[in-house]
Amino acid sequence: MSATVETSAGDHDSTAGRASAGAPILKLDRVTIQFGGLKAVSSLDLEVPAGGLFGLIGPNGAGKTTVFNLITGVYAPTSGSITFEGRPIHGLRPSVIANRGITRTFQNIRLFTSRCCRDNVCIGEHMHARASLWDAVFQTRRYEEDERAMQQRAQELLELLGLGAWGDTLAAELPYGQQRRLEIARALAGNPRLLLLDEPAAGLNPQESDELMRLIESLCRRLGIAILLIEHDMRVVMGICRRIAVLDYGEKIAEGDPAEIRRDPKVIEAYLGEEVPAAEVP
Amino acid sequence: MRRTVWALALLAVIGVVSTVLPRLVNPYIMQVAVLCGINVILAVSLNLINGFTGQFSIGHAGFMAVGAYGAAMFTLQLGQRWAGAMMAAGLPPVVAQGAALCVALAVGGLLAALAGYLVGLPSLRLRGDYLAIVTLGFGEIIRVLILNIDAIGGARGLFGIPVWVNLFWVAVGAVGVVLLSLHLATSTHGRALFAIRDDEVAAEALGVDTTRYKVLAFVLGSFFAGIAGGLFAHFIGYLNPSSFQFLKSIEVIAMVVLGGMGSVSGAVFAAILLTVLPEVLRPVKDYRMVLYSLMLIILMITRPQGLMGSREISWGWLRGRRRAPGAA
Repeated sequence: MSATVETSAGDHDSTAGRASAGAPILKLDRVTIQFGGLKAVSSLDLEVPAGGLFGLIGPNGAGKTTVFNLITGVYAPTSGSITFEGRPIHGLRPSVIANRGITRTFQNIRLFTSRCCRDNVCIGEHMHARASLWDAVFQTRRYEEDERAMQQRAQELLELLGLGAWGDTLAAELPYGQQRRLEIARALAGNPRLLLLDEPAAGLNPQESDELMRLIESLCRRLGIAILLIEHDMRVVMGICRRIAVLDYGEKIAEGDPAEIRRDPKVIEAYLGEEVPAAEVP
Repeated sequence: MRRTVWALALLAVIGVVSTVLPRLVNPYIMQVAVLCGINVILAVSLNLINGFTGQFSIGHAGFMAVGAYGAAMFTLQLGQRWAGAMMAAGLPPVVAQGAALCVALAVGGLLAALAGYLVGLPSLRLRGDYLAIVTLGFGEIIRVLILNIDAIGGARGLFGIPVWVNLFWVAVGAVGVVLLSLHLATSTHGRALFAIRDDEVAAEALGVDTTRYKVLAFVLGSFFAGIAGGLFAHFIGYLNPSSFQFLKSIEVIAMVVLGGMGSVSGAVFAAILLTVLPEVLRPVKDYRMVLYSLMLIILMITRPQGLMGSREISWGWLRGRRRAPGAA
């Protein structure tokens, strides 16, 4: 497990104080994206602290996934800047951004369905592979060592997500809930310092969803990474996120800790009379 | 070390088989065997592009033509003289011709790889049907270019290419391409290609440089197609642009689809099957191509995923444990 839980610069003990202190790992500065006449995200400022869970919530169609697509380079912002660990990343290709240390999951699951679960995770590790094409085709010793390490680490990650027994199963044949977990394992395989989870609990029943959220929280603590979590169901994130930003019609309408968010009149209005449940706050 | 021993042993087996076989069977069967080998290389190389990476290329005959004419021109201009010089220096003809042939094949392969690189570039922007049309156009452009360049024979064709290729060379080429491609499939680079086929967006988000790998698939695939072309040129001894028509590309695609997209062993089987089938059907004369097409239709209806699906034959599979390729 040592390879998996390796953290950068002792994030472990200091995560609690990170939210307010220290430089943010990700900073969005007046980010706007326009599709024709539609401003999907307008002038969004966001600072995600290094370490800990950050929630991004909002009603359907609020632009949450668009924000993810902007951060991961699927779209380039029309204006504004995105900096990760102090370096600008807007306009870079998604694979370059992934190599910088941001990986993600998808709202509608995008697994490599023709491959087994272990292969899916291995593809996540691919960007750190050292064996060249030459090594692979001629099966040099470096390739074999690299391959063994990748397979082993993939198995560790599968076990971490509770998928240890599914390694040889085709991803397409996995039960739905496990597919969501596999996506997280695959995203973690790249050793990200920031993990973006796009509605990881979508389609799960309340019990499965609670279980998954607890798992995500423990992953975040154990790996010492920052996690930015999208959710449209407020109940799910209230319990585990230290800080939450609320998006509506592409604009940030509120940001704060769960208690503040729950009281915010704009948020209540955005969710249109929906009772904001008084979930147990840690 | 162990690998080198294996490779030498394999080479020895191929050598013995290809020396003994011509004494046992008639030249017609030998010719079919050689064409099987060339088609195996073509199918396995196209499988890298269409099967592994999911890029729909229908211009494979074009890459083969570049390799065939490149290798043949090299031999006619330089290779023949080199081989002559080596023989004059006392080397046995087999060695001298073999060495010249290897250089010619490398030249043909590299030229085809260059063409593959140029065609691979638009594949970064285009996908599916649009890419297919670009590759189709490429194949036709190559053929028409060859048709109109007088220095390489034009419509008359290119004569007098020394016939240096026999079953040995084709078998070495086919086995080599199959092994390299199997190794690629089970490696992290192969997984990257499969990832692009399954979900390009996800692959890119996980840090796979999809641009690089798509071009790589085209370059590798066309390199091997070029080698197949070079072998073909030095086996038949005569090249004509009409050998590299659109139908040839379709024939290779049929092999890949019939074998199962992404399965190397499937491509090998299908290539052999589709080369032997028309020969076996010769007795029915006029109905040959009707039966051939009918059998293709029936095969695709009964096994739409191809003969092998996406599986590979491996020792584990033969023992009854079925698993996807690369699931080490």
